[in-house]
Amino acid sequence: MNENRREFIRKTGLGVLAGIGAASGIIPGASFEKVAASPAHQDEATGVRWGMVIDTRKCRDGCNRCIDACHEVHNVPDFKGTKDEIKWIWKDPYENVFPGESGQFLSKETKEGLYHALCNHCDKPPCVRACPTKATFKRKWDGIVAMDYHRCIGCRFCMAACPYGSRSFNWRDPRPAIKKINPAYPTRERGVVEKCNFCSERLAQGMKPACVAECSEGALVFGDLNDPNSEVRELLENNHTLQRRSELGTRPSVFYIL
Amino acid sequence: MIEKAFKGDRIYWGWIVLLLVIISTGVFSYLNQLTTGLTLTGMSRDVSWGVYIAQFTFLVGVAASAVMVVLPYYLHNYKAFGKIVIIGEFLAVAATIMCILFIVADIGRPDRILNVMLYPTPNSMLFWDATVLNGYLLLNIVSGWTVLSAERKGVPPPKWVKPVIYLSIPWAFSIHTVTAFLYAGLPGRHLWLTAVLAPRFLASAFAAGPAILILVSTILKKTAGFDAGKEAINKLSVIMTYAAILNFFLLGMEFFTAFYSNIPGHMHGLQYLFFGLHGEGQLVPYMWFSMIVGLGSVLVLLIPKLRTSMRWLIAACIGIVVSIWIDKGVGLIIGGFVPTPLEKIVGYMPNINEILITIGVWSVGILILTILLKIAVTVKMQDQVKT
Repeated sequence: MNENRREFIRKTGLGVLAGIGAASGIIPGASFEKVAASPAHQDEATGVRWGMVIDTRKCRDGCNRCIDACHEVHNVPDFKGTKDEIKWIWKDPYENVFPGESGQFLSKETKEGLYHALCNHCDKPPCVRACPTKATFKRKWDGIVAMDYHRCIGCRFCMAACPYGSRSFNWRDPRPAIKKINPAYPTRERGVVEKCNFCSERLAQGMKPACVAECSEGALVFGDLNDPNSEVRELLENNHTLQRRSELGTRPSVFYIL
Repeated sequence: MIEKAFKGDRIYWGWIVLLLVIISTGVFSYLNQLTTGLTLTGMSRDVSWGVYIAQFTFLVGVAASAVMVVLPYYLHNYKAFGKIVIIGEFLAVAATIMCILFIVADIGRPDRILNVMLYPTPNSMLFWDATVLNGYLLLNIVSGWTVLSAERKGVPPPKWVKPVIYLSIPWAFSIHTVTAFLYAGLPGRHLWLTAVLAPRFLASAFAAGPAILILVSTILKKTAGFDAGKEAINKLSVIMTYAAILNFFLLGMEFFTAFYSNIPGHMHGLQYLFFGLHGEGQLVPYMWFSMIVGLGSVLVLLIPKLRTSMRWLIAACIGIVVSIWIDKGVGLIIGGFVPTPLEKIVGYMPNINEILITIGVWSVGILILTILLKIAVTVKMQDQVKT
């Protein structure tokens, strides 16, 4: 290597270092000294953030009224079997809803119980990050992860991105498989993705989500996670709760009391 | 120049007609899918991508591999690739068009595909993939066509095409890197969530791509009497050997990390693919077939005596292509979805309509490649006659 080149490399290296040093002072975001808690554990309290606490102790075996209510209100089709299946909320065993949580020496109750699975309306939703058209987006004012059925191109990238299997695709025309069409909510067309919307259409009218309203046991509690006086926060304060796969940093808005 | 594609013997026209017939069954099946929906595929809410996206992934690699002839020829002035470089570029054009067609076949609302550009979303890797793929297609059409037309006229290519060619080199790496990012950035899909996914994509691409190039060159030699040159083929086979070894090395890394760490999530995908999980192993025989054929081909390539024998080389090329096609075009996609995020084993089997569309898209690609190579070979052969 000749002298000039060596000198050039040395100077460039120094320049880059100096640049980084200057940037870390001027731009606070680039500072080396900044120590931030892991985003999965940070709490931000700005605006409303709708969330749900599921008290699984109160949920009765064999009762599926919350699921039926949701699917009726939202015109979710019922194709028999799993091939074209669409579901917004459903129940599955512990090992499926909470993979990665301890599965050893489970109590009989936990092992045999069924647990709710639905869209977590993540604070850091991977589906929103993946969507190429912003057809799925997080609403800034209340944290709901919503869908625009008219913009969705049906690429299903969001389904690959969701670590909770919460999204469904309309593999065929859903309308013939809807038992009774509810005119208050749109039906979907073939070729788009859909999922739980936390009943944003009901919230707009001051009502609670359909599943929450339907549950007479009080197992599903809905409210503003950012309001310290809300019922959900009270439950979170007084109980040990779980979020599904919290290690992924998605910050789910659905919590479970086991 | 296009007129050269219209002059051919009976075998040429027979081949074109055959491809058109296969394409028409594909088009018919696609219309079927358009009117009924993607329910006519084997996909479900759990395995939500299938054979279309798998073909797409494999073909992005084939497209990117053109850089393995473009780079030595234009950057290092490696003259032996003089005749094969246009084959590489046109192969890239055909492969990229197939990629785009497979995406169109896969999406639920192809009528809305322009939404990707109307509502550009830089945080989505799919937006970047669409951008780099279309760019790469344009770069290769422009550089390949311009250089070829100059050659036909017997003049040196215009100066402006050089920067376009140079740009296509890093661009080739970008298309396969971004394609890997489609998968590698998703939380909860352990088989894909690996930093070596992009390097592995490139390695497998640079093995399978040159293998296809050698096979295409052999066919051209047989059918059109166009010889790309012994040295070019030898060099390509060396590139292919290194890349294939690198691919298997990186696959070995995946196995080590997953199984030595003993983290269930990391092991599940590989377990499902290679050993079966909870008694279910739909793909186990295919994966081992891919592994054995791939390693066997590498062995053949490693022995200089066999590598330089045309018969063995062709066998090894077919072996490498088949092995990587199974690994990347079947295992990688399905293994990313199974087990599902809810740790369930869900089967996937492409159905007949889906297969006919897939074969149809391949035929479109082969038709485009045939036409482009017909033109290229005619121009190049004129050269030979003149000199």
